[in-house]
Amino acid sequence: MKTMEKKVRFYIILFLLPSVLGFIVFSLLPMLSALFLSFTDWDVIGGSPNLIGLKNYIDILKSEEFLRVIFNTMKFISLYIPGIITLSLGVALMFNSNVKHVAVFRVLLFIPVLTSWIAGSLIWRSVLSGQYGMLNNLLAIIGIQGPAWLTDPKWAMISIVIVSIWKDLGFFSLIIFGGLRGIDRTLYEAAEIDGANGFQILKKITIPLVTPTLFFVLVTTMISSFQLFSQIMVMTAGGPMGATQVMVERIYTYGFRYFEMGYATALSILLLIVIVTITLIQLILQKKWVYYE
Amino acid sequence: MIKKMMIVLAVTVMLAACTPAKAKEVTVKFLNYSSINGQEATLAAMIDVFETANPLIKIEVETIGYADYFTQLATRVAGGQAPDVFELNIENFRAYADKGAIVELNVAGLDITKIHPTALKAFQIGSKQYGLPTKFSNVVLIYNKDLFDQAKVAYPTANWTWTEELAAAEKIRALGTDIFGVIRPIQTWEFYKTVAQNGGSMMNADQSAFTLNSAANIEALEMMIARVKVTNVTPTTQQLGGMGDWDLFKSGRLGMLVTGIWAFSDFATNCKFNWDIAVEPGIKQHATHFFSEALVVSKTSKVQAAATKFAAFVSGSPEAAMLRANANWDLPVALTDAVVNAFKAVTPPSNKQAVFDSLQYLVMPPSLEKFSAVADDLQIYLSKALAGELTAKEALDQAQVLISGKY
Repeated sequence: MKTMEKKVRFYIILFLLPSVLGFIVFSLLPMLSALFLSFTDWDVIGGSPNLIGLKNYIDILKSEEFLRVIFNTMKFISLYIPGIITLSLGVALMFNSNVKHVAVFRVLLFIPVLTSWIAGSLIWRSVLSGQYGMLNNLLAIIGIQGPAWLTDPKWAMISIVIVSIWKDLGFFSLIIFGGLRGIDRTLYEAAEIDGANGFQILKKITIPLVTPTLFFVLVTTMISSFQLFSQIMVMTAGGPMGATQVMVERIYTYGFRYFEMGYATALSILLLIVIVTITLIQLILQKKWVYYE
Repeated sequence: MIKKMMIVLAVTVMLAACTPAKAKEVTVKFLNYSSINGQEATLAAMIDVFETANPLIKIEVETIGYADYFTQLATRVAGGQAPDVFELNIENFRAYADKGAIVELNVAGLDITKIHPTALKAFQIGSKQYGLPTKFSNVVLIYNKDLFDQAKVAYPTANWTWTEELAAAEKIRALGTDIFGVIRPIQTWEFYKTVAQNGGSMMNADQSAFTLNSAANIEALEMMIARVKVTNVTPTTQQLGGMGDWDLFKSGRLGMLVTGIWAFSDFATNCKFNWDIAVEPGIKQHATHFFSEALVVSKTSKVQAAATKFAAFVSGSPEAAMLRANANWDLPVALTDAVVNAFKAVTPPSNKQAVFDSLQYLVMPPSLEKFSAVADDLQIYLSKALAGELTAKEALDQAQVLISGKY
């Protein structure tokens, strides 16, 4: 019996080894070396890095730019997350109802998810162009003069939010739809027998029971909000006047345009700390609003 | 039988030993970006000529697009995989030299006498030559002759200043609501040149301090902005609506455009109207951009002599210069009479002499390792001034405080 157990243990270790090795080589070591580099002034082409202690972190936290980046990210989050969750929930509820041809709509809505971010952003950049863009020309037909979406600092982040919602709506509505499908039908039958109306059913049964899925959506959208990058690089490159500068865009700019790799890795470590902290807070707060059956 | 075989073998070995040792061929790895999209064949022709003259040196060329070039290059240098010889532009040259990633070139015995002195000097630090320029370019005033005729304005001359330019631009602007007079972009790269035209500069003479908010600089920025906001001879971003300045010019709706000579081949193919060039007008004095690319040799290269020889060939040889001139691939640095004539022979523009005249007025950006970061920071303030959030003075005052404190 003992030898059998030993054998099993041996095979477990053997089969785990490739992925553990992969994790160590491709994730753990790069993360540790990034942590080390964040305490240095490494500039890529200048040879070996010099240790400079916490200087990068102090410089970042003292800079006006960091405040602007945080402000921009918060602006994105405050528009994008409520928008994507409300719309995805609405669309998922529609999927769940017996609307005709809903399957066609589901496929159409999922197409942006399959489109590459670069291709999508390039198309949107021309759609949102101030004078020649399709959107402003459509608005002009109904007598509205559209703004310079991507070149006006007031509108640039809003444009990024609109495009992000367009891209993610299909994915998250499908996830929430899955959650809705998982709700026990008998609960609805019981509610109907008790004489509950549509709104009461939504408020007392559907929403509470879909909260675990909504929680998943909240956590993933929050993380992806902090990792905002492709659409910004293609559509605004951080402009106009720094109105769309966000964390990952700054990391890229410092690392690969200015070659201040030490500063860029310090920024990425700060980003990691922010994401972990916010996720932990969400995990703690979920007890107050997420219901598990 | 065995005896016979032994004899054959012995004879073969002896013959092999007696054959003179073949000199060793070296391979030089060469990385570049500027041949991409159209000049790959010209570069290949240059390499052919070089390899024929130097049969023991083999050039292994690799071409990467500009957008990825500097990221790829830096990664390779950091990883100890730097190419033996590679291309750098003047903006990045200083950083690579200061950090010791490239070597001082040993040019003894190589012909570099034909290289234009301004370009050669641009890649020196002190008296040490770190790069050999391959081509250079400057900026001229490109104008739409048809619009000038319609507005009944005389064509620009080398004596024009901003005053004459503005007067002409206003007359052309009056031709129609969607026709514009002139474009000089409002950005850092344009700013350092325009302030030089007004007697100002971004830094003091020994480059020890920034002088962003000097009176001359403020006045120049006010003039730049007035053309957009007051006379509107230059379109606003809204009026441009995402259209590039080159596209506006090619559409025949722009009178004058201050841009680089690398626009020639595009405009020659795509403009359906008559156009020509003139020396860029200045405010108080002429000043125009200077851009240049050079070949440099990696510190870690094991074939530095062969790499330097190749760099000197692409840079200073009449053969390479001629290939470049015939292909309309910027301006070669080896400006022999034949090369100048070949360059002038390709028209339009017919007044190519303006390109050579402009060489007297070249200005360069401050030679700073972190210039691109400074440029990005300054750009934010220039845009704020253009948007009317700040006056020109406020913008430059604030930029001066931020940039002086940071760099």
